[in-house]
Amino acid sequence: MTKANASAMTGAKMIVKALKDQGVEVVFGYPGGAVLPIYDEIFLQNDIRHVLVRHEQGAIHMAEGYARSTGKPGVALVTSGPGATNAVTGLTDALLDSIPLVVLSGQVPTFMIGTDGFQEADTVGITRPCTKMNWLVRDTAQLAETIHTAFHVATSGRPGPVLIDIPKDVQFATSEYVTKEKIKVPHYQPKVKGDVEAITRLVELLETAERPVFYTGGGVINSGPAASQLLRELVEATGFPITSTLMGLGAYPASGKSWLGMLGMHGLYEANLAMHGCDLMINIGARFDDRITGRVADFSPHSVKAHIDIDPSSINKVIRVDVPIVGDVGHVLEDLLRIWKSRGRKVNKEGLAKWWKQIAEWKAVNCLDYKPSEKTIKPQYALQRLEALTKGMDRYITTEVGQHQMWAAQFLGFEAPNRWMTSGGLGTMGYGLPASIGVQIAHPEALVINVAGEASWLMNMQEMGTAMQFRAPVKQFILNNERLGMVRQWQELLHGERYSHSWSESLPDFVKLAEAFGCKGIKCEDPKDLDDAIMEMIRYDGPVIFDCLVEKHENCFPMIPSGKPHNEMLLGEAETQGVIKAGGAVLV
Amino acid sequence: MSALNIKKGSTSHSAYDLRDPYAEVIESHTLAVIVANESGVLARVIGLFSGRGYNIDSLTVAEVDHAGHRSRITIVTRGTPQVIEQIKAQLGRLVPVHEVHDLTVEGPAVQRELALIKVAGKGESRIEALRLAEIFRANVVDSTLESFVFEMTGTPDKIDAFADLMRPLGLREVARTGVAALARGL
Repeated sequence: MTKANASAMTGAKMIVKALKDQGVEVVFGYPGGAVLPIYDEIFLQNDIRHVLVRHEQGAIHMAEGYARSTGKPGVALVTSGPGATNAVTGLTDALLDSIPLVVLSGQVPTFMIGTDGFQEADTVGITRPCTKMNWLVRDTAQLAETIHTAFHVATSGRPGPVLIDIPKDVQFATSEYVTKEKIKVPHYQPKVKGDVEAITRLVELLETAERPVFYTGGGVINSGPAASQLLRELVEATGFPITSTLMGLGAYPASGKSWLGMLGMHGLYEANLAMHGCDLMINIGARFDDRITGRVADFSPHSVKAHIDIDPSSINKVIRVDVPIVGDVGHVLEDLLRIWKSRGRKVNKEGLAKWWKQIAEWKAVNCLDYKPSEKTIKPQYALQRLEALTKGMDRYITTEVGQHQMWAAQFLGFEAPNRWMTSGGLGTMGYGLPASIGVQIAHPEALVINVAGEASWLMNMQEMGTAMQFRAPVKQFILNNERLGMVRQWQELLHGERYSHSWSESLPDFVKLAEAFGCKGIKCEDPKDLDDAIMEMIRYDGPVIFDCLVEKHENCFPMIPSGKPHNEMLLGEAETQGVIKAGGAVLV
Repeated sequence: MSALNIKKGSTSHSAYDLRDPYAEVIESHTLAVIVANESGVLARVIGLFSGRGYNIDSLTVAEVDHAGHRSRITIVTRGTPQVIEQIKAQLGRLVPVHEVHDLTVEGPAVQRELALIKVAGKGESRIEALRLAEIFRANVVDSTLESFVFEMTGTPDKIDAFADLMRPLGLREVARTGVAALARGL
């Protein structure tokens, strides 16, 4: 600093100011040696709330829950070395599900980088493949600009996590603050408007298609509430059936008359057969994930495929499409609707009537049917009761990963976007509990329920401490089968019923565990008591751990076994032995 | 649905709409990637290739615009047309990447590589090495009584051919820069 300036400040102060200028209200973090100057600044102000987590993975998942339920970027702060490496799973999770996050990590001082200093790790090297972009800031003069650019990158185009690694001496040194208005416009400016020629081609297809289906994904949610609104308008106006990936649930309401339910490996029969038999597939903000396509060679063999995606690398990555449209879902749907209306709102009414008749036959199969029981709680029943008793409430659902997650997707109905937070792409066990806290911090008055399996839930259970400390009354609805249910199911179907290490002995007593954390524990094992127990959970003013003992050997159906196409689904407890051939067994 | 007359192709504005991106032939493509010359950018590009299982046959990188801090990375890669399209799309979405050009399809391009080739030998083989070097327009940039270092510029094929010829004559070491390439014309 050659001359003193009014806007000169330390790097640490700059960080807090930049976050404030970006509209950040909450930071999820954990202090440590390399971020102490930043924590000092956090101590000295009241605008930004800091939520102290119990493990850095929890911080990232909380930031994800916050981001998914608000549409705003989530922010986390971790220290160097182990703080940063603990964040890696969460970053990868956010990258695969396109969740905007800005993660700040401390680093050893610049003069110590490369010396294997205490709590030194090559954080930008480690996180390069699991972030959309990352930066190591070596000069305080670059710090504010880097933070503003980071928010731009995280939230523009296909959203994703970014990380800024900040050495401790950079936090202490002084420089001039740069406001976000003053930074030079980053060159990263993804295209949001779709090509009108391609959109017009899609409109022509909409007008003539006999068996169309909308296949929507997380891109609709990420595009914002307006995109969901436009989608609803388009679906109502055309009368086409619509299905969605796990990530896109809520963009179109589950109560809507054109709703087929979720598609994919554990998707609904009618949704998957509609995908298989359609003549026009309109992919809106989804990415032909392997959980969706099944065997690629036999995926929807007779359809013309249109694909709307903001990321050009999603186009033709897995499935060849005929009408690619690169752009933001909201912008493209707006143009699509406008062009379709201006051409006379045409659809193939005769074809559609036949198509819906066919779909009605598939629906009649009632693929989610299960054998009810009066003695034990069936997991499906537990979710049906949860759905019935919370319907109409201001409700947010998170999940862990496994059977319970698929049952939740099948049995809970979502009427609005941003109400459903689940780890789709990475399948991160341990996601749901911290994510539920992140959601609750963003929506203090709402009912936030984490539908969990006991095994996943144990992976990040330490975050109950965070829920208690920050008075986040999250409800942990644990479907406890004392098994790693999905692993067990695969072993039954694929590995000759050799249940290698897929059950847990010596599970904790969840009620006592709840008491140990100072919150409420509820245990329920009789279907007759379930409704009252769920109501008790909802009414309790504080965090609840609900231990719902369910049928131990229930399998999740329908299921498309790996390596099979959509029209070879398994329904219910039919003959399931040997259904997955060697070729499918290598798939996950 | 062929009656709908859908044009096949990978992207709507691609200059090579008629290439079938799903053909199973392996093609070699030379890509020019213009990037912001910031720390880690090369690791980002290379990490993309290794992480997604793409091939790199040759890679060169240097800052070409000092004022604008722009580097040019020239990559020779191999893959099916679909994979090549993916590589370009994946490169294009890296935040520090400004431009991606496929010199193999964007029109004619010149490709050159520089090589230093050390050959040791005496007597007849030494004279033969020198004679071949002349035919290949390789320059002698270092010589002792028992060795030459040749410098030559050309396409990778030409360098391969020259190195193959030198092998029986006493080839010791080869250093190559990798391919630099530019589109012809304006």
